[in-house]
Amino acid sequence: MQPQFVTDYPALAPRFEVGERVRVRKAAPLGHIRTPFYIRGHEGTIERLCGSFPNPEELAQMRDGLPAQPLYRVRFRQKDVWPDYRGADSDVLEIEIFQHWLEKA
Amino acid sequence: MNDKGSYKPLTYFQLMEVSLRELLVEKGVLTAAQIDEAVEDMRRRTPERGAQVVARAWTDAAFKQRLLADAPGACESLGIDVPKLRLVVVENTPEVHNAVVCTLCSCYPRMLLGIPPDWYKSRNYRSRMVREPRAVLAEFGLNVPEKVQIRVHDSTADMRYMVLPMRPQGTEGWSEERLASIVNRNSMIGVAVPKGPND
Repeated sequence: MQPQFVTDYPALAPRFEVGERVRVRKAAPLGHIRTPFYIRGHEGTIERLCGSFPNPEELAQMRDGLPAQPLYRVRFRQKDVWPDYRGADSDVLEIEIFQHWLEKA
Repeated sequence: MNDKGSYKPLTYFQLMEVSLRELLVEKGVLTAAQIDEAVEDMRRRTPERGAQVVARAWTDAAFKQRLLADAPGACESLGIDVPKLRLVVVENTPEVHNAVVCTLCSCYPRMLLGIPPDWYKSRNYRSRMVREPRAVLAEFGLNVPEKVQIRVHDSTADMRYMVLPMRPQGTEGWSEERLASIVNRNSMIGVAVPKGPND
């Protein structure tokens, strides 16, 4: 792993590579979720790995959130997300999504 | 006395802030001086810091390269402390226009831009910027041509984003200080572009 992604806390190994197609899990658990509702169920492409960070859903419950979850920036085509999107075909949205919310598309 | 002045009773949150602050001091958790220092530190963070970073990137190609690859490291070299790995700088080009939003709350690169404007935290901006960015940008007076890709960054987790705008034409030979003076806050959020002498 690249040195800048090494953490001083336990972290899960990244499962996805840059350029890989992924789908955001379509789930609606209760609690403090950092995956926006509007993007759940949509497909995108891994743009970059941002590093690994304690799981915010666990932190919100006063737990340590470890092992840390790899966090990715995922790129979505606007026209895939909003079928009636008004704008260029090439317009995109980039969103940070934790690994446990992603699956292979 | 007919003049009642501008006195207004404290709001719920103001009262909570005063109560919490006084309790922390009374219990010896913090001193009043530490609280003043923290507030001053927040006030010292203003968009001028971001503008300084942009002006350096416009005049120093090696710095720009580093800023795009490792923004915290590049800022540190200017004496600006940014938490490690948590700042991403995205570059506007003739092909791509970037803009930043946080649909979940109001995540914002405070280390470089200070306190976010109220509109950044509004439901209107947060909900529409990901849904119809071209319409929102037009309301800010920015019409992005169809051939330019709009890349909206929803700042949902641990990263903070700042836009590196394009250097306007007609600014060749300008000093860093003069360049920084045309870089405003909105252009680093991506809802405006800096204006040069020809615009």
